[in-house]
Amino acid sequence: MGYTFSEKILGRKAGRKVQAGEVVTIAPDYCLSHDNSAAIIGEFKKIGVPRVKAPEKIVIVLDHIVPAADEKYAQNHKTIREFVRDQDLSHFFDIQHGVCHQVFCEAGFALPGTVIVGSDSHTTTYGAFGAFAAGIGRTEAASIWATDEIWLRVPETLRVDFRGAFQEGVYAKDAVLKLIGDQGVDRANYEAIEFGGPSAGDFSISSRMTLANMAAEMGAKNGYFLPDELTVAWVKARTLKEFEVIASDTDAVYESVLSYDLSSLEPQIACPHTVDNVKPVVEVQGRPVHQVLIGTCTNGRPEDLEIAARILKGRKIHPSTRVLILPASREAYLESLRKGTIETLSEAGCVILNPGCGPCLGAHQGLLAAGETVVSTSNRNFRGRMGHRDSEIFLASPATAAASALEGKITDPRTRS
Amino acid sequence: MSTGRVWKYGDDVNTDVIFPGRYTYTLMPPEEMAKHALEDLDPDFATSVRAGDVIVAGKNFGCGSSREQAAACLRAAGVRAVVAKSFARIYFRNAINLGLAVLQCDEAVEALASGDEAEIEFAAGTITSGGRIFKFFPLPESVIGIVQAGGLIEYTKNKLKGVRS
Repeated sequence: MGYTFSEKILGRKAGRKVQAGEVVTIAPDYCLSHDNSAAIIGEFKKIGVPRVKAPEKIVIVLDHIVPAADEKYAQNHKTIREFVRDQDLSHFFDIQHGVCHQVFCEAGFALPGTVIVGSDSHTTTYGAFGAFAAGIGRTEAASIWATDEIWLRVPETLRVDFRGAFQEGVYAKDAVLKLIGDQGVDRANYEAIEFGGPSAGDFSISSRMTLANMAAEMGAKNGYFLPDELTVAWVKARTLKEFEVIASDTDAVYESVLSYDLSSLEPQIACPHTVDNVKPVVEVQGRPVHQVLIGTCTNGRPEDLEIAARILKGRKIHPSTRVLILPASREAYLESLRKGTIETLSEAGCVILNPGCGPCLGAHQGLLAAGETVVSTSNRNFRGRMGHRDSEIFLASPATAAASALEGKITDPRTRS
Repeated sequence: MSTGRVWKYGDDVNTDVIFPGRYTYTLMPPEEMAKHALEDLDPDFATSVRAGDVIVAGKNFGCGSSREQAAACLRAAGVRAVVAKSFARIYFRNAINLGLAVLQCDEAVEALASGDEAEIEFAAGTITSGGRIFKFFPLPESVIGIVQAGGLIEYTKNKLKGVRS
């Protein structure tokens, strides 16, 4: 009987063979935090040790409210910068870099065969590179800073196999929305999701990140793609660090194996107010849209922005709709700028925001009023998340978002591509 | 070892009914949080719960928001453990880290009813009630240690003191 990726990597860290359900205490390879580092610093100080145990493992990215939207946030950022300086933390990324999950990968921390924890639920993103990456709480981030240790329950694994190829106008976001819609938001609670099957290797790195990011929305502890040549090339271009690919055994025991045929999939949209309230776009087509958000750590990479730009090129967005472009990082922004994508989007009437999280969590930079509707490429549509509690959030692919921006109403991108 | 009365509930008990959202942005001491424990699920709970009592529930206990108060209020109310078929992942971690025992045991959930007396032995991984014994997957020593220390911050402080002395 074989072992899954999660059992193998956590067993290796723990120094013994472990199975799903066991609890291990391990030293993670990295611990990520963002603007909430200010709260973590408060907990860390309660523990009463003067220095963090492993400064080289701490990665802090300021991204949630950047640049600071008011004095309170400015003070938070200042507290963090002072702590970073006092503790000699070298992996600090100030406000200009972008969303932590994108920046973390671009900076070469998301390596195959590593264990990464982060005080943000979408830490699952790094599973796209074959890392074991899970979200944790603030209190435990503080404890890791002090001890370089964390306890983790070894998760059971839900395997999701993909076969076939997408039709025109259908993307990874549609696949993951369909999966969550079918399975429910708690289907993978406390489990790992391993994405596999004959088509898994066809997903671009960007698409793999979209899928692993959204694994959190099914309750998963971590998501996982088996690293392949594409992964290795991507990672090696960004770091000289050594890494080792860890794969599930061929006779690994899975909790279940699901199978999805991508060729029969049509564009999907998650309707308010839960991520599993998913319908084909055609079923809600025609609903007026006041705002469109294209970007975030779910869909803010150059590939995503290009998909939107192809639809908007030479056209103008609908006069009753405003469009926010939120690149996932400065690297994504620069690449899109050099390719002309940003120019196309700006010419179409889109507002280009600085890379960060702002509107996705309703922090700043374009909140919704009561009665307004947004089509967003982000990952959560909980009531009130992006503004007033009586606003409505629909989650979709960049293509659906761009097509909806042109028409001023929810639109199937297959009619506009 | 710990004995208490059972409070039985169903599936998907969410963090809003455990600790209502209307209180989450008010800083309050633990004893005040305890007064609102399970307020929107069982209004009698907070006034009748006794130290050492046990909550028994179905699947996905603690789903919804990540608010740490949903674990803190039960611990402050004296709840010794929550026994459920499953826990929402973040709730599970928050509970342990705030010193609330969370135990998975389908058989105990099926068998136990409100008002039953239940005794929990952490090291042995057993729940005993009326002569029936149910096994739960024993929490490892390190995790029991966190619960017994009263949470992760205290546990970490003690551990670091031990290392230094």
